[in-house]
Amino acid sequence: MKSIELSAENISKSYSGKIIFKNFSINLKSGDSVSILGRNGSGKSTLIKLLTGLIASNKGKVILKVNGSTVPQNLWYSQIGLISPYLNLYDELTGIENLEFFCSLRNNSRDDMKEKIDFYLNKVSLFDKRNEPLKNYSSGMKQKLKLIFAIINEPGILYMDEPRSNLDAEGIDIICQTAEEQKKNGILIVATNDTDDIQLCEKSINIEDYK
Amino acid sequence: MLLKNSFLVFKKDLSSELRTRYVINSLLMFVLVTISIIKFALGDEKVDNEILTGLLWIAIFFTSVSGLSRTFVKEEEKETSTALKLSTGTDSVIIGKLFFNLILTFALNLLILILFILITEYQIKNLSGFLVVIVLGNLGLVSASTIIAAIISKANSKGTLYPVLSFPILLPLLITVINATKLASLGVETDKLFGEIQILVSYFVVVTVTSLMLFKFIWED
Repeated sequence: MKSIELSAENISKSYSGKIIFKNFSINLKSGDSVSILGRNGSGKSTLIKLLTGLIASNKGKVILKVNGSTVPQNLWYSQIGLISPYLNLYDELTGIENLEFFCSLRNNSRDDMKEKIDFYLNKVSLFDKRNEPLKNYSSGMKQKLKLIFAIINEPGILYMDEPRSNLDAEGIDIICQTAEEQKKNGILIVATNDTDDIQLCEKSINIEDYK
Repeated sequence: MLLKNSFLVFKKDLSSELRTRYVINSLLMFVLVTISIIKFALGDEKVDNEILTGLLWIAIFFTSVSGLSRTFVKEEEKETSTALKLSTGTDSVIIGKLFFNLILTFALNLLILILFILITEYQIKNLSGFLVVIVLGNLGLVSASTIIAAIISKANSKGTLYPVLSFPILLPLLITVINATKLASLGVETDKLFGEIQILVSYFVVVTVTSLMLFKFIWED
């Protein structure tokens, strides 16, 4: 099993002179889980984007290590899973086409990919809808498909930004199970306002403390 | 891996486009309207090749400007770019999108050329030289337009910014390609177009290499 370490050292982010957060530091390793709290607009999603490498920080640095070796930022994507409201899949493609496209990009072999996709589609009860374009999916179904996108490659770090959005009770159960499984194998980071989500993680950080 | 992922991005864009007709329908209409306006303006007048070459490149330039930005703008507007960023490296994305824009542009320009020759009786006396120049001109146009599309997809005023930003970058290409097209259509031999061909090849190589180097910074915000 691979060991993952994520460390952020004094990272700061501001837009047009407005400070979103400053001097944020964190050290996490496989098995750790942390929830990031804060009111709407406090910068939780910005922090997640920064930790995933989607945006750059104004100050400080983020380091990702696998088995003790630093991973260059342009390869972080291979270690990361993200479920968030600002990540969408392709509406004009079917559920299975979306998953096949992203799995192929991540270099999964065809047989392995098919097996995994079928397994996860069954798990979230979307197997029967697999050949329908995403534009026909409800928002909850899209959220479940985004969950598959996030976890299908067994990421070392799983980021969940408002993971319960639009989900029914069954979907929420799947989120909780996924969080538990992730904690066994890697790092889990959840950005949320929901008190139930806080229970998924061992530690909590309030982004408001870094203003 | 790079070529495989580039092909996957290209294939995704192509199947996505064929299903939604997001770009193709509007560009086909644009081509028909432009060609019709040229026909109405010229009537039965016999027009020199110099002027017709200018009109041909006006049609090609504005068709490209209208359509090529959509590949990146759509990814940003529909918020699908994050999923792409988390699935593959930046080089695969730019190469895949470049190929998609090339196929789209070549198909549309073939249509423009056929319609243009039919309605204006445009004479091409050195066909091989003309085709070389058109192909190289299109390669440069697509290469520059694709990286500009990536830049403007991050901006708020996407529609207005595209022609403003693309015109100065495309100006050296347009001056050269219009001149070379005019000379080829008038029957100047291909070896005498060598200077223009060298400029067009250099423009394509320089813009493509620069795009590959800079795209990372644009794509990663």
